[in-house]
Amino acid sequence: MHVLAQDQLRLDAAGVDYALLALYFVFVLGVGFMARRSVSDSLDFFLSGRSLPAWVTGIAFVAANLGAIEIIGMSANGAKYGMPTMHYFWIGAVPAMLFLALVMMPFYYGSKVRSVPEFMLFRFGRPAHLVNGISFAAAQILIAGVNLFLLASIVNVLLGWPLWVSLLVAAAIVLTYTALGGLSAAIYNEVLQFFVIVAALLPLTYVGLHKVGGWDGLVQKVSASPGGAEQLSAWPGNELTGFGDSFLSVLGIVFGLGFVLAFGYWTTNFVEVQRAMASKSMSAAQRTPIIGAFPKLLIPFVVVIPGMIAGVSVSEMVALKAGESPGVDYNDAMLLLMRDLLPNGILGVALAGLLASFMAGMAANLSAFNTVFTYDIWQSYVVKDRPDRYYLKMGPWVTVGATAGAVGTAFIASGYENLMDYLQQLFSFFNAPLFATFILGMFWKRMTPTAGWVGLVLGTASAVVVFLLSEAGVIALSGQGASFVGAGAAFVVDIAVSVVISLMTRPKPDEQLVGLVYSLTPKESLKASSTGEDAGWYRKPWLLAGIVLAITVVMNIVFG
Amino acid sequence: MSSPNPARNRTAASLLTDIRMIIALLFVIYGLVLAVLGAAPSAEDLEKSGGFNVNLWSGLGMLAFAAAFAGWAWLRPVAPADPAEQEPGAAE
Repeated sequence: MHVLAQDQLRLDAAGVDYALLALYFVFVLGVGFMARRSVSDSLDFFLSGRSLPAWVTGIAFVAANLGAIEIIGMSANGAKYGMPTMHYFWIGAVPAMLFLALVMMPFYYGSKVRSVPEFMLFRFGRPAHLVNGISFAAAQILIAGVNLFLLASIVNVLLGWPLWVSLLVAAAIVLTYTALGGLSAAIYNEVLQFFVIVAALLPLTYVGLHKVGGWDGLVQKVSASPGGAEQLSAWPGNELTGFGDSFLSVLGIVFGLGFVLAFGYWTTNFVEVQRAMASKSMSAAQRTPIIGAFPKLLIPFVVVIPGMIAGVSVSEMVALKAGESPGVDYNDAMLLLMRDLLPNGILGVALAGLLASFMAGMAANLSAFNTVFTYDIWQSYVVKDRPDRYYLKMGPWVTVGATAGAVGTAFIASGYENLMDYLQQLFSFFNAPLFATFILGMFWKRMTPTAGWVGLVLGTASAVVVFLLSEAGVIALSGQGASFVGAGAAFVVDIAVSVVISLMTRPKPDEQLVGLVYSLTPKESLKASSTGEDAGWYRKPWLLAGIVLAITVVMNIVFG
Repeated sequence: MSSPNPARNRTAASLLTDIRMIIALLFVIYGLVLAVLGAAPSAEDLEKSGGFNVNLWSGLGMLAFAAAFAGWAWLRPVAPADPAEQEPGAAE
């Protein structure tokens, strides 16, 4: 991570801004205490007792993803590339979210597993379970460290506190509310965070548009800026993908980003899936990602558009786009725009929103780590057969340990130059092969336990090989292109290896796969109920998904 | 079994622990502070945001949003799914 230019970014925060920021933290901790009162067994702590309404889990579903990478990274992309950034939201998230809701959620929720690795245990047995559990837990600590570091470096730049103080204070706050209330606290806070983030970004976008002369003014200014009018249409996005050929670029976006990377991330990442698992019925679990898809469609308008506004109105950004080096980089777009446009008062809300979004990412990592570590590693392989009380009591201590680990990895992270690319690579290592194994295992009953873990290991290995080859310069691709190719390779190798090994080894008997494999599961048990609290057309998952899909298509036509 | 009359569950405690009320409370305070700041904006603040009184309008918007959420929580309170799940001390 680069060292931010201190003086340029120091915001003119006044007493009232700090007061508004402090008030937000009082609320966050209050929610932690409140959630604590409802925790009575370990399922409560780790999966919120499967009792949350769909709108809460749906908002938490997007908020868990609305972290530093999203806000800072996507506004940076907006400033740099313009509208093609929308693909990360529309093609790169929405179809995968709908697929998770309609196709995969019945297996996750219906089989009553407590985590994604536990699904691996039931479907493929212990080796695959252990491989997945350990790699997931390790990845969460690494990513939590990155989130914590980003959080602390923003506090450091904005408020001028030393980095290590910011780091410890941020860690202490996230630790307090997750340890107190477990997943409920994390989820309720994500909902609160979501609204504060929107309350911060919406006025910023409006004022920004007002200042550049409305939408027409923005179009004119962007067309005249370096990069030109191409930045105003989402397709074909050559600048984004690095492909010279428009057809290849579209193909890259649809299959690389839209299929392998996005489906891998959204459908197997327990951080996300956990939020749906915490809902109170199959119907609510299915609606969770769909409800999340609505804000997901709209978030780019308050993230990417401010980035584009910054690209044409903030003096440092304009200089940067013109090829000069004004001492800032694209990652600073959002902060610089806030500095330029927001007076005291709303600035405090904006600060709260930014810090909220950075804490959301880390809290999500911690709560997912907690569940996987406790259920899938500790209870399964280390200390088995204790009463539920034992595992519940462990929860807060696991959080403490994970936070300490994250502080450690945050210091490691502070030494890396290009953290974001590295993180995206991590996702392609773990999520792409996992998705291949899942999709094959859910629909092909012949797939064997051995194929389950060997496919995962070799799939990940091939993504790592692609990464190393591109690092060594053997494959000439930009950071994005390399992770598209790596994810694709992992997916293909995983499928191929799994098929070959399955044909050579013995599958599990059919009766053990009921509820886990499509062809062996009674169709009735995959259907969500449509009575009582799940009644009404606006609660039908397929209909809601159809509406989301229609909006996505319209958006792509309008902004294409 | 849920209560036949949802209004009976609308105790002060259940409202205070409703996430919608908490969100509403936070935005009432934010909205009031911003609206008061926006009532007498300094020339410098106005110039910063291109003549648009961002504090005032954001504050009013937040108050409206808070009212909507409080109204939602008031009209459609959380009905406990199962009375047995409620702890005896939870109503304090």
